[in-house]
Amino acid sequence: MQKKEMMAMLLAGGQGSRLGILTMDKAKPAVAFGGKYRIIDFPMSNCVNSGVDTVGVLTQYQPLTLNQHIGIGVPWDLDTRNGGVSILAPHQTEGEKGEWYSGTANAIYQNIDYIDANKPEYVLILSGDHIYKMDYAAMLKFHKQNNCDVTIAVLEVTMEEASRFGIMNADENDKIYEFEEKPANPKSNLASMGIYIFTWSKLREALIEDNKIHADSDFGKHIIPSMLNKGMTLYAYRFKDYWKDVGTIESYWAANMELIRTLPEFNLYEDFWKIYTNSNLQPPMYAGANSEIKTSIVSEGCQVDGKVVHSVLSKNVTIEEGAVIKDSIVMEGCHIGKNVVLDRCIIDQNTVIGDNVVVGAGDNVPNEAKPAIYNTGITVIGSNTTVPDGIEIGKNCVIYGKTTADNYTDSKLPSGQNVVILEEAI
Amino acid sequence: MKAIGIILAGGNSERLKSLCKVRAIAAMPVASSYRAIDFALSNMSNSSINKVAVITQYNSRSLQDHLSSAKWWDLDRKEGGLYIFTPFLSSDNNFWFRGVADSIYQNISFLQRSHEPYVVIASGEAVYKMDYQKLLDYHIEKGADITIVTKNADEAGKDPHDYGVVTYDEDMKLTGFEEKPIEPKGNDISLGIYVISRPLLIKLLENAIPKGYYDFVKDIILRNKNHLNIYGYRFDGYWNTLNSVEAYMQTNMDFLKPEILAELKSEPYITTKPSDDPPAKLNSTAEVKNSIIGTGTIIDGSVSNSVLFRKVTVSEGATVNNSIIMKSSYIGKGCVIENAIIDKEAVISDGKQVIGSADDPIVITKGQVI
Repeated sequence: MQKKEMMAMLLAGGQGSRLGILTMDKAKPAVAFGGKYRIIDFPMSNCVNSGVDTVGVLTQYQPLTLNQHIGIGVPWDLDTRNGGVSILAPHQTEGEKGEWYSGTANAIYQNIDYIDANKPEYVLILSGDHIYKMDYAAMLKFHKQNNCDVTIAVLEVTMEEASRFGIMNADENDKIYEFEEKPANPKSNLASMGIYIFTWSKLREALIEDNKIHADSDFGKHIIPSMLNKGMTLYAYRFKDYWKDVGTIESYWAANMELIRTLPEFNLYEDFWKIYTNSNLQPPMYAGANSEIKTSIVSEGCQVDGKVVHSVLSKNVTIEEGAVIKDSIVMEGCHIGKNVVLDRCIIDQNTVIGDNVVVGAGDNVPNEAKPAIYNTGITVIGSNTTVPDGIEIGKNCVIYGKTTADNYTDSKLPSGQNVVILEEAI
Repeated sequence: MKAIGIILAGGNSERLKSLCKVRAIAAMPVASSYRAIDFALSNMSNSSINKVAVITQYNSRSLQDHLSSAKWWDLDRKEGGLYIFTPFLSSDNNFWFRGVADSIYQNISFLQRSHEPYVVIASGEAVYKMDYQKLLDYHIEKGADITIVTKNADEAGKDPHDYGVVTYDEDMKLTGFEEKPIEPKGNDISLGIYVISRPLLIKLLENAIPKGYYDFVKDIILRNKNHLNIYGYRFDGYWNTLNSVEAYMQTNMDFLKPEILAELKSEPYITTKPSDDPPAKLNSTAEVKNSIIGTGTIIDGSVSNSVLFRKVTVSEGATVNNSIIMKSSYIGKGCVIENAIIDKEAVISDGKQVIGSADDPIVITKGQVI
């Protein structure tokens, strides 16, 4: 293979359990965002926009949606003879049983051969969890200018927030002398974004060495501290633009809702840094004669005959007459029946909501099974789910599966309660 | 594979006025997402015809970008795939295409080197969804030499005086074919879609072109209609052709009708080169009724009974009614747009009015600033 100056390894195997039912059947990077996109589109598009044309995507948890989405990389022009995108799943190895990816660094360790084949000088490590636009080429320039072994992208957070992050303590030139994971008393506000550029020879050595010590080799816990201890050169690269972690139901909902503002902080409408996604084989969106759509973004293929306010509609969503969608996110292929009311809820892909259903009624009672995940009033209805006609659903509820009237008492699901129907594995 | 495809995309039309100055008819943008040729191309690949030639001539450049990759129609094949034929100079030929038959004849090696028994010839200038495989089965079942696809003129909303009028017997065998007749004998018009066996097409072309007969209908079909088995095939689906400003307006507006939109949205899909625009954005003062809105379009004003293409801006206080606004056009604050076709990249400054009449829409040229 032709030599690459820098290639990317995108860690996309995580579940993202705080996204609850949304990651029941797909990995977090495959969760839809901003109407037509999926979270992984942002780092993938950043790669191609930065001139990185060799991307390994490491999958593990529920990879089907991700595999279908990425395919051979056509939407990102990564269907190239040289480089391009490769999906890297855990695999068996000679003499051993093979193993799962047990840590972020372990996943890279298990794919050293793939990286070696591309003969890169530098390797960019990314996660598929964040919404941002970033020029990795500028970061590489910084890496080379400072003769770094490792460059870590950092965000300046408030000191209060700092104890939730991995914090880089750095000198006046941003040279890192210490790394602290979620410090109780942070000394700095430079939070790691989980984006690293490594000089490959140095990383390769560190991975092999660390694998002998830790079975669950991790960048933040093991690799970065050990490189620091050895006196290698690590720099913090300050990133000052929009960057959002969409790891919780509330932050996911809020980040989507930011996009519907008249002038959103995160601009998807600029031509010079497009975000690419697997789409556009859909017909245009149609607003019916009695529709009313305000302060919303609506993707291709949608057919709206009801009212949509402060909401995000993904591709091929049908909203029937009389329905009122407010402060909600409705994902690809959903069908919302007549006179439905959706208030502050998230409906995952290919779900059917029957006529006269009301979602988001009642008081803000935290979810009884998972109060830590569902507690801000947002009800989440999973993918490929059916809600029969006339059901009234409260806040912080979770519904998943082909539910029927029998699954509800008096056609109601009070706030904080769940109906989850898991089909037997075939 | 039983057939190869030929898409005729060479034409322009005076009746499209300035819309056709900048592009071939086959490159006309349609229904917000598509170009006219997407329909014929998608029909080909949806009918498992994987070897397709597009014959272009007039402003062929307007199609080049759109067809620069064939993967959107699954025609990026190692075997077969998409061929684009434009007129060229060689030691024994220095002509433009002198007619449809001539345009195929000048590329006769495409026919000679294929091994599929049949050829489906289709226009790249019409908007319709059709399963050519069914047509092919019909052609074989009838034992036809040539099958001509027709449609009832009333159903298509067309005047038979302007089209080829076909008459046939109860078995659908052709009894007459007249081009643009003064007194039409029937009400079935030819849609310019044909099936013919490949060796027969080669033979007919070789008999016609060297003698100076270059037209397909007149010189290939009509000349041979008495000694060939020619059958008609009635097409019932939606069909329109983009040969005038009125037809262009009508075709786009047709997609606002639920049954036609449903036909467009049903599988198999019409596909196109993706554009990677973000979703359409409707802000707090937007009011949109009975309209198609393209991706990347931002609306603050009010839009009704209209088709808006990609990346259009409709500013606050502007009203757009019964109009077509093409890609990247800008409608300023307080503008009134009615019965208009605004070609792409046009700018309508704040407060301006662009008003045509319902039966004669006003056309704003590409890039025009008002």
